[in-house]
Amino acid sequence: MGTIEATGLAKYYKEVKALDGLDLTVPQGTILSLLGPNGAGKTTAVSILTTLIMPDKGHAMVAGADLVKSPKEVRKRIGLSGQYAAVDENLTGFENLDMIGRLYHLGREKARVRSRELLDRFELDEAGDRPVKTYSGGMRRRLDLAGAIVAEPQVLFLDEPTTGLDPHGRVEMWSVIRELVTKGTTVLLTTQYLEEADRLADDIVVIDHGREIAHGTADQLKATIGGERIEITVAYSAALPETQSILSGFADGDLQVDDHTRTVVAPVIGGAPVFTRALRAIDEAGIEVSDVGLRRPTLDDVFLSLTGRAAEEDTTTDTEGART
Amino acid sequence: MNELLSAISDGHVVAKRNVIKIKRVPEVLVFVLISPIMFVLLFAYVFGGSIDIPGGSYREFLIGGIFAQTVIFGATFTGAGIADDMQKGIIDRFRSLPMSRSAMLVGRTASDVIYNVLSLIIMALTGLIVGWRIHNGLLKMLLGFVLLLTFAYAFSWIMAYVGLLVPSVEVINNASFMVIFPLTFIANTFVPAENLPGVLRTFAEWNPVSSVTQAARELFGNLPPGTPEPTAWPLQNPVLYTVIWIIVIIAIFAPLSVHRYAKPK
Repeated sequence: MGTIEATGLAKYYKEVKALDGLDLTVPQGTILSLLGPNGAGKTTAVSILTTLIMPDKGHAMVAGADLVKSPKEVRKRIGLSGQYAAVDENLTGFENLDMIGRLYHLGREKARVRSRELLDRFELDEAGDRPVKTYSGGMRRRLDLAGAIVAEPQVLFLDEPTTGLDPHGRVEMWSVIRELVTKGTTVLLTTQYLEEADRLADDIVVIDHGREIAHGTADQLKATIGGERIEITVAYSAALPETQSILSGFADGDLQVDDHTRTVVAPVIGGAPVFTRALRAIDEAGIEVSDVGLRRPTLDDVFLSLTGRAAEEDTTTDTEGART
Repeated sequence: MNELLSAISDGHVVAKRNVIKIKRVPEVLVFVLISPIMFVLLFAYVFGGSIDIPGGSYREFLIGGIFAQTVIFGATFTGAGIADDMQKGIIDRFRSLPMSRSAMLVGRTASDVIYNVLSLIIMALTGLIVGWRIHNGLLKMLLGFVLLLTFAYAFSWIMAYVGLLVPSVEVINNASFMVIFPLTFIANTFVPAENLPGVLRTFAEWNPVSSVTQAARELFGNLPPGTPEPTAWPLQNPVLYTVIWIIVIIAIFAPLSVHRYAKPK
C-alpha cells in the first residue's frame, strides 16, 4: 500500500476528459513523476489529490486519509506547491511562511521558529524580511516550496516546480526536492521535462488525454523510447531521401523527416561513436549539411514513440477542443 | 478546535495579512482617502448652489449621501482583493490548507472595514471644513457611523461572492461600477427621493442605500425641522429598514460565498 494510492480517478468537463481513469501508487519516501504535455491532465490529477477539485469517478487514499470522505484530514498531511508561485507579493518571505504555519495550526511560536529555519535552509534568510515583490523567480519558487513544507507534510505535491526557472534555479530546486525525499517525504511531481523526471523520479507515469500511456523507471522508459537522437539538417531538400536511407542504417526505430525544415531525426543507441560513423557516411555520400546534432530524447520524442504523434500538435488541438 | 473558534483564529491570521498589505501598498490608500475628499468638495461646490433643500442646507444634506456612496464603493475592494487572490493562485493555496473553510472570507471582509473607517474619518473632517455639523450628540453620531460601516460590511459579502465568480480584477471593477453607480444615484443620496420622477422615485424610496443615508442624516441631525417628511415606509423607519437589509444580505451571501469558496469544483 503506497502513501498515495489512487484508483480510476476521472474528471470530465463537458466534452473534455481532463482525467480518464488514472491509477497511481506512490510508496513512502519515493518520488513519482507525472510526465505529460500541457493539457494532459497533470494539474487536474494534482488538484484532485490535494482536495481542490472533486473527482467524478475513482477514489484515493493520501497518507492514510480518504480523499472524498475526509478531505480535511488529507489537508493536514499534505503540502502543495503549484504551477505559479502562490506567495503574497506584499508580504515578506517570513510573513508568508509564518502565515501558512499559523494556518496549519502550528501555533504562534512554532510557526515563527519553523519559518526562520526554512528561510535559512532555502537560502532566503537575507531576503527573509523583504517583500516578495523584490524576489527573483527562483526565489519565489523556493519560498513557495518552503510554504508547502512548513508543517512537515508526509506527502508533497509539486505541480511543475521548475517551469519558468532558469537552468541554475532548476538545479537548485532539484537538490532541495531530493533532500526532502531522503528525509522520508513522499513526493508526487508533475513535469513537462523528461530530464527532470529522469533526474528525480523513482517512478514515472506518462499521461496523455488524462490516461496513463506508459509507466516505469526512467531507464525502462528510455529503453522503450530508444536512445539519443541524431538530427541532421541538409542544405538542399533533394538530399533528404538519401540522408534518410543512410541514417536508417544507424537508427534504432523510425526516422522522422521534416521536409519543411529539411531535417531528419534518427533515434540511435550507442551515442557519440555511432554519431561519428553516421556523419562520416553522410560526408562520404557528398551530402551538404547545414546543421548536425546529437541530443537526448525529449518529451516530444517520448510522445512520438508512444502515440505516434508529437506532443505539441496534440496540445494545440486539445486547447482548441476545450474552447469550442 | 470547533469550526467557529477556528474561523475566528484563522480569520485573524488572514486579516493580518490584508492589513500588512494595506500598509505596503499605500497607493490604494491614497485613492481611498482622496476620492471622498474630491466627492465632498465637488458636490458641495458644484451642485451645492443649485439644489435647494427646503428647510435645510444642501451641504448638511449632502454629507450623509456621500458617506453612503463612498462606503459602498469601499466594499468593492473585498471583491477585487478576492479576485486578485484567485488569479494569483493564493486562494488555491488556502484551499489546500487545513484551515477553517470560512476564514479566508471572514478575515478578508473584516480587514476591508479598515478602508471604510479611514475614508469615513477623512470625509467627516472634510465635511466639517465645508460646513457640515452634527446636531444630535456623540452617541447618535457613533451610531450613524456604525450603521454605515455595518451596511458596507454586509455589502462586502455580496462583493466577496462576485469576486469568487469573476475571472479577473478588471471585470469586477467594471461590473461594480456599472451596478453601484445607478444604485447610489437612484436614491436620496444627492437629491431628495421625492424629487425623482415616477418609477425612479419608488425605486429610490425602497433602495436600502436611501435608507442608510436617511438613517445617517437623522442620527447626525442633518434633517432640521421644516424638512419634508418622507412618505415611504422605509424612509420613515430608516434604521430598522437598513438593519433588516444588513441581516438579509449577510444571511444570504455569507453562506453562499463560503459554500462557493469551499466547494471542490
